Amino acid sequence: MGIKFSLLAVLALVLAAFLGVEVVGMNYFFGVLVPYVAFFLFLSGFVYRILKWARVPVPFRITTTSGQQKSLPWVKQNKLDNPTSKVATIGRMALEVLLFRSLFKNTKMEFREGPKVTYQWEKWLWLAGLAFHYSFFIIIIRHLRFFMEPVPGFVHTTEALDGFLQLGLPGLYITDLLFLAAVTYLFIRRVIIPQVRYISLPADYFPLFLLLGLGITGVLMRYFTKVDVIKIKELAMGLATLHPTVPEGIGVLFFIHLFLVSTLIAYFPFSKLMHLGGIFLSPTRNMPNDSRIRRHINPWNYPVKVHTYEEYEDDFREKMIEAGLPVEKE
Amino acid sequence: MASVPKANELIAGTDHKPPKTGWMDTPVDFKPGTWCYAGKSKNLQVVGLPNPREWSPADEDWKLPKNWQETIHDGLKDRLGKYRSLQLFMDICVRCGACSDKCHFFIGSGDPKNMPVLRAELLRSIYRKDFTLAGKVLGKMAGARELTEDVLKEWFYYFFQCTECRRCSVFCPYGIDTAEITMVARELLNLIGCNIDWVVGPVANCYMNGNHLGIQPHAFKDMIEFFVEEIEEVTGIKIEPTFNRKGAEVLFITPSGDVFADPGTYTLMGYLMLFHEIGLDYTWSTYASEGGNFGLFTSHEMMKRLNSKMYAEAKRLGVKWILGGECGHMWRVINQYMDTMNGPADFLEEPVSPITGTKFDNAKSTKMVHIVEFTADLIKNGKLKLDKSRNDHLKVTYHDSCNPARAMGFFEEPRYVLNNVCNHFYDMPPNTIKEQTFCCGSGSGLNTDEYMEMRMRGGLPRANAVKHVHEQHGVNMLSCICAIDRAVLVPLMNYWVPGVDVTGVHELVANALVMEGEKERTTDLRNEPLEGMEDSDNEDL
Repeated sequence: MGIKFSLLAVLALVLAAFLGVEVVGMNYFFGVLVPYVAFFLFLSGFVYRILKWARVPVPFRITTTSGQQKSLPWVKQNKLDNPTSKVATIGRMALEVLLFRSLFKNTKMEFREGPKVTYQWEKWLWLAGLAFHYSFFIIIIRHLRFFMEPVPGFVHTTEALDGFLQLGLPGLYITDLLFLAAVTYLFIRRVIIPQVRYISLPADYFPLFLLLGLGITGVLMRYFTKVDVIKIKELAMGLATLHPTVPEGIGVLFFIHLFLVSTLIAYFPFSKLMHLGGIFLSPTRNMPNDSRIRRHINPWNYPVKVHTYEEYEDDFREKMIEAGLPVEKE
Repeated sequence: MASVPKANELIAGTDHKPPKTGWMDTPVDFKPGTWCYAGKSKNLQVVGLPNPREWSPADEDWKLPKNWQETIHDGLKDRLGKYRSLQLFMDICVRCGACSDKCHFFIGSGDPKNMPVLRAELLRSIYRKDFTLAGKVLGKMAGARELTEDVLKEWFYYFFQCTECRRCSVFCPYGIDTAEITMVARELLNLIGCNIDWVVGPVANCYMNGNHLGIQPHAFKDMIEFFVEEIEEVTGIKIEPTFNRKGAEVLFITPSGDVFADPGTYTLMGYLMLFHEIGLDYTWSTYASEGGNFGLFTSHEMMKRLNSKMYAEAKRLGVKWILGGECGHMWRVINQYMDTMNGPADFLEEPVSPITGTKFDNAKSTKMVHIVEFTADLIKNGKLKLDKSRNDHLKVTYHDSCNPARAMGFFEEPRYVLNNVCNHFYDMPPNTIKEQTFCCGSGSGLNTDEYMEMRMRGGLPRANAVKHVHEQHGVNMLSCICAIDRAVLVPLMNYWVPGVDVTGVHELVANALVMEGEKERTTDLRNEPLEGMEDSDNEDL
């Protein structure tokens, strides 16, 4: 149900852009207004969500420790998996954010007769996740050439590296392939692994279809039905410099692509995609495990009702004296 | 109590395929053996928990307060503003499924709601309905649903089917910790009086009597003195422990389970022997006679209320620092909560071992040292005379208890001690130890008899790894540093891996410990003959 709903939603978006531009001629709406609104929603939504999270206190130091603690001087601490310093914590976070280290630990449980439980090598999710995020990132860098004049050197370098295979004309970007392959894999595994399918919501399929739609329209434009890149750059530069214009004669495919991007970024802050920002705030990862060394302060710590020693002794004084236990009041 | 199917029958028919009906449309089946008895009215009253009444989870009517939905809604709202972990973990899960097969209850039961991600969704779905726009507008399409009595029953069932072991949080790419979610869900359940007696009973006992078992001060002293006699029989040495003694250098606190039941009692004898041998100036307390803290399994507030006794007693007695025994969740509380909740402990001194002079820098602020750190330091400095061969009748493996593993990172110290007190030590496979260790299946207050089927299911991954070293190396002793483990691994081993016994690390230390003036030892602490001593006369047997 979630799959159909999400697929239909994305197809509806495609159709809306197609009809809007081809039939109604709402080029300005899809080329300028929608991207601006989407960008505004993205920025404000992103900031709002981060501030909303950051405003909530972290009352306790609940680091998940995944390596040897700092203890006696001759016991070797695993500083990255169980940091006590800021630097090591940053290192742990960097590995998490840049290399998806926790996901790299993934295994697959196998349950056999006996019963015998074993844990198998399983790096595909990690690999696909990494491939997807990095190719998406590189594709975004490459797209900067539409928004900048002159095009900065690092964008050229990225393009050159990405196209080093020099296959076909225009040259094939490896990240285009990787992006589509990875998103397809992430979709397929969601459907065919029964447990993952069972937990999947429309909110899981929808972004995947959006990304696939983005990738497919992008690839179509670059490699198959040529669009007027000069005019697209004119539009993009107009958006970036706040002097929006919509040149005539840009193919409808571009508007579909742009509408999908706009949807993605507008949807971003209100969805699970915010894990991009959330990971940095994750209390089990972003704090050192040092709460025995330095006192962690809970801003809302409040006094609680306790059963004091005096009350305890009052309850048991006779028995304590009889048993020869020292008491405060004879 | 429901009878538990035989080991070979229990898992037959367990597959991990989800049912045909969606999880929101699959109600809970309260099958005997898979849920715990309700908290008794009198126990709730002792600590002032809401809605005390007699009820059972198997009842149709749970006798909930009239405005229970509102109470839960307000409770959740309050906690979303207090715990960043909760707010974040409600928002950022992408349902990648990396956690799904990491939970021992899922592995052992195949029930999809035991996948950590789905366990969290049980709460998340209500959060979405009550606190997100998409959930309010799109409802089920956005993964949101109304909080009904069926949902509440589902919460009770599955949040008391999570041991807060945090194994899933090791694998989550965003560090989402199901324990945080379970802890909050249990707090919410407690707001309307839905707790289990195996948690609230110990809480009430601990609050009034100082320990979970409700042992009164004079009886506590008696029980320790009984062990003194036992020790004298094995070693010929008379030990004289002190209680509630002001001016001692160190206050020693350990879980009361070890005072009460085998095999934890042998570990406790181990502490007594070790402290005697090194001449530690320490005292027991009858008021702070509990290391464990079932408040952790009730609410943050209850955790704080029970934990407060440690510092209060240390202050009253005027000790310099606190030494803590082998216990799992106790050390999660000490490492991650105690100082924040009940500190600063500025009336104590930074712990220094009086025997070796070692300064425990890692406990600079809490002023509380783990007994295994303490002993490892003694051994490293050559302060103990150890005869490893006294453990030669044992082939030992080590179970990393969840909390010292994933809420502390306590891996090498116990292994160092074990390797110094026994000749035959074999670790279980890497995917089942250290930060990837599997829960005993009975943690977080679920170690009750009526829950036996689920405990055997949840303990399967742990037992399975023990079985591996049992078959490979002939391992016959499973060591651990947790009192709940010592209580629950015994039935677990009997069920899945007969022939493997359970011990604390300090029982093995005491076996190997050569004490000044001791008689020739012919048995270990359990009165089992030592290797090569099988034929010697043993009048005690």
